[in-house]
Amino acid sequence: MALSCVLEPALSGFNFDNSTRNIVLENGSEEGKIKAPKPMKTGTTIAGLVYKDGVVLGADTRATSDEVVADKKCAKIHYIAPNIYCCGAGTAADTEKTTDMLSSNLTIFSMNSGRNPRVIMAVNILQDMLFRYRGMIGAHLILGGVDCTGSHLYTVGPYGSMDKVPYLGMGSGKLPAMGILEDRFKANMDLEEAKALVSDAIHAGIMSDLGSGNNIDLCVITKEGWTISDLTESPL
Amino acid sequence: MNTRGLRSQLKDSVPVTGLCPQAGPYGVQDSLRRGFSSVKNELLPSHPLELSEKNFQLNQDKMNFNTLRNIQGLHAPLKLQMEYRAARQIQRLPFLPSSNLALDTLRGSDDTIGFEDFLNDPVQSEMMGDPHIMTEYKLGIL
Repeated sequence: MALSCVLEPALSGFNFDNSTRNIVLENGSEEGKIKAPKPMKTGTTIAGLVYKDGVVLGADTRATSDEVVADKKCAKIHYIAPNIYCCGAGTAADTEKTTDMLSSNLTIFSMNSGRNPRVIMAVNILQDMLFRYRGMIGAHLILGGVDCTGSHLYTVGPYGSMDKVPYLGMGSGKLPAMGILEDRFKANMDLEEAKALVSDAIHAGIMSDLGSGNNIDLCVITKEGWTISDLTESPL
Repeated sequence: MNTRGLRSQLKDSVPVTGLCPQAGPYGVQDSLRRGFSSVKNELLPSHPLELSEKNFQLNQDKMNFNTLRNIQGLHAPLKLQMEYRAARQIQRLPFLPSSNLALDTLRGSDDTIGFEDFLNDPVQSEMMGDPHIMTEYKLGIL
């Protein structure tokens, strides 16, 4: 009896104590099967492309929870570093927390070394983190940034896969967005052309996909800095 | 993360220790919280990540030491493991959580932030062992 009072300190990190209980609850009684609450997904259109002086990222602003619009003005473009921004599709909380942790890690790195982080570092950290959890963290991310080696656009999938691309669309509205991007993308465009193309791509996603809507956010990153503009068109 | 060392770690079977001990705080099956007792619950993980997360740090260390041994010879990982063991012994009283600063610095995890830094932080745990019993257990006179 005495031994059972000795406390084993819990391991830090994720705690799986409740997963047995959850399984038992879900398979429970025949008539009243209790369903676990669904996490809020972003059902999104995000897009990015590399232009002459840097990177343009765009995203819609609707967050859905099954068939209901949960958030009309959700910010999907997350800050990672002064020269790196990230658009996130998938489970809203997962993208938020993952990009937060990525940003903290890169800030510690900048403070340690006195340098601006490179985009490839962010990609590597994300890959390690996401692969470790075997896709359980539902974060589909587009990372764009300008560093000492140039302008880069990467995509990282929830299982840790990554791809370096000149232009990309992600999310539930990625097919219409990619259609527009494939049609009009040219290498080394100027700023106005690039912004128009990205916002048209997001617009196509908003029109054709139920999970995307409301407004379009654009983020332009150059060597000098970044600007986020809010194309508050009339709610779509 | 060291992924090249993976091949040297391939094994046929994964030793599984008890995953979800059926006994609750009083030594008996806690039916309310854990459901009816079954051998399956104790042997098989209920979540696909449970096993891999439990052993993650150990596996990482093993892989890193293996790679180090292959590159630099036997003495390098031996010396490092000796330092880890020494650092792991720097603890507070048995019922108080330790920050493990020396161990973190050796591992290099003092300048990274992961889930284990803010989820289930032992410093913020709501339960504390009874000081007398914990100390007796540590000294072996329980």
